[in-house]
Amino acid sequence: MQSTTTKNSQKSTKEHPSGDKRFKALDITMKRNQYRQDALIEVLHKAQESFGYLEEDVLLYVARGLKLPLSRVYGVATFYHLFSLKPSGAHTCVVCLGTACYVKGSGQVLEALEQKTGIHQGETTPDGQMSLMSARCIGACGIAPAVVFDGTVAGKVKPEEALEKIKDWGINQG
Amino acid sequence: MDITELQEIAEKERANQKEIRVHCCTSTGCRAANSMGVKKNLEAAVKDHGMSDRVQVVGVGCMGFCGNGPLVEIDSKEKLYEQVTPNDAESIINSLNGGGIPTAPEGDLKHPFFARQVRIVRETSGKIDPERIEEYIAAGGYQSLYKVIHDFTPQQVVEEITKSGLRGRGGAGYPTGLKWATVAKMPPGQKFVVCNGDEGDPGAFMDRSVLESDPHRVLEGMAIAAYAVGASEGFIYVRAEYPLAIERLEIAIKQAKKLGILGSQIFESNFDFKVNIRIGAGAFVCGEETALIASIEGGRGNPRPRPPYPAQHGIWGNPTLINNVESFANIAAIIREGAEWYASIGTEKSKGTKIFALTGKVKNNGLIEVPMGITLREIVEEMGGGIPGGQVKAVQTGGPSGGCIPASLLDTSVDYESLAKVGSMMGSGGMVVMDQDTSMVEVSRFYMEFCRGETCGKCIPCRAGTVQMYQALTKIINGEATEADLVKLEELCEMVKFTSLCGLGQSAPNPVLSTLRYFREEYLALLKQGVLNGKVAVHG
Repeated sequence: MQSTTTKNSQKSTKEHPSGDKRFKALDITMKRNQYRQDALIEVLHKAQESFGYLEEDVLLYVARGLKLPLSRVYGVATFYHLFSLKPSGAHTCVVCLGTACYVKGSGQVLEALEQKTGIHQGETTPDGQMSLMSARCIGACGIAPAVVFDGTVAGKVKPEEALEKIKDWGINQG
Repeated sequence: MDITELQEIAEKERANQKEIRVHCCTSTGCRAANSMGVKKNLEAAVKDHGMSDRVQVVGVGCMGFCGNGPLVEIDSKEKLYEQVTPNDAESIINSLNGGGIPTAPEGDLKHPFFARQVRIVRETSGKIDPERIEEYIAAGGYQSLYKVIHDFTPQQVVEEITKSGLRGRGGAGYPTGLKWATVAKMPPGQKFVVCNGDEGDPGAFMDRSVLESDPHRVLEGMAIAAYAVGASEGFIYVRAEYPLAIERLEIAIKQAKKLGILGSQIFESNFDFKVNIRIGAGAFVCGEETALIASIEGGRGNPRPRPPYPAQHGIWGNPTLINNVESFANIAAIIREGAEWYASIGTEKSKGTKIFALTGKVKNNGLIEVPMGITLREIVEEMGGGIPGGQVKAVQTGGPSGGCIPASLLDTSVDYESLAKVGSMMGSGGMVVMDQDTSMVEVSRFYMEFCRGETCGKCIPCRAGTVQMYQALTKIINGEATEADLVKLEELCEMVKFTSLCGLGQSAPNPVLSTLRYFREEYLALLKQGVLNGKVAVHG
């Protein structure tokens, strides 16, 4: 019993060689899940929340922590759409392309945004200001078409309103 | 905790509730329209008018009429206000004193949209604060769980659910009682109960609403199921796209644990049940039960062939019961009112009610709970109010696995068999109404694009077939296709349907097949267009 306690405390005090504090948050999440391998998705969610995206170093760190082969961690990280292996922009704009939104013209909203920013969905503007994404359905069908600006859902969005919104973020490309 | 304590909590809560309850919706849809600002101003107005002793503002779950949010309801006066802005708050509270009329438009609660609903799953949705277990208990919550633990044997619970005729609300319609019986019959040992809240169908948000508005109802259903099948641990798998549902479930589980309603020795019996939340990561295929299990185990969400079914070989090889959110949310009411009562609602083979997310071009958007056997026409034209200035062309049910039902078949009864007969399916409950501006070929390409992006890549028919079908549909839309391409598309549909590994691939061709069946002329018109534009050479 005693030996396991010391082992655990050693694990939690051991810092990542880079000294990056965000790895500490990962340690806490892994510890809370008792380093169980089935907690991989939870841990990756936490990692993405702290780091913004899943860089190689983070994947390696998670693989070591949960004693999983890197191939397994990489496999899971690339399988799920919400995990991103590339850094995202300072702001995110997610256009819902669910059926109800699509029927109500979310395609035009996306098109207007693509034209204005000069990037396609899934891409980030060259200056790193904004990432443009699409969602399968965010379940806000009653207020279609819906767009999520930096985590806040907006309903019944017209193309010009979406452009106005990203203008507030200082995006004027295209 | 025993029954008297449970009743004490209920009575105390009822005594504390004020004479006038002002319900303000705090679910995702209304929140997006600033209902939190409305709630803040309502609270301030109550204080300013010195009415705190008899008026209480309650943040409640979804009231259903999401298209016209934010919604505010005066419970005791049966008044509903729509599209309320924070500036309207003052006038609403003032009107309670008889001072003038509120500036927000008043909704008509006698409209068929509300009047034709039969609320079983959503009986307390939009009436109680989902973040307080006391309100659920005051509305009669957790009494069914107490009843089964103390008065029923597990066998009797399974029989009761079987008798009720409840069928899986996730879409396929497998009899719930039969599923429970299979898991219950497995030898004792570690078993699991899983609630499938991976609501991935675009155009569907019933499960989100139930989880956000009444999380305890789902937990109670899961606990009853666990008691019936002999499980001691459960998982709720929720999409990461539903942060509010996750937050409220976490609160609900914590509260129930604290009162001894979840955890060890529930209601001082020897029944234990622990619930964990699992958060998805944006993969549609995880709604398929074997993929869901793989995802709960922390792996890639790849389905596997069945049998063995999860009931025999599920999470880590243990017997696992998987039901949809809405199925679990029906359980407490069935136990409370009895199986005969439940079986008296609906049609011969489809019992009870079903929640639909009525969206698209229809006038009244929102969630409705209707008895099985109602016709599509009643839903779309009476409850939905039809399409303003337009004509219903088709109703899409069942999402990417379902089909488009043409306006000529609007008198189809809404039950599992009738919908399957016309080439669609019940599905999880998405109902998207389309008008003459919607091109059906583009709709089927839209769904194919969805399936192409969501295929897990494990089996070839689905992985390659969806890409090929998508290309064929694009070719048709661009006016570059010949009749040979159409024949090939139909062949591909059959091949993918019959040879794919899981439900995603097997049902992926459905939107194409149903539009080809009812709207073939649109495909043919596009082929003709290609010839006229000279893009396609005419072969003798």
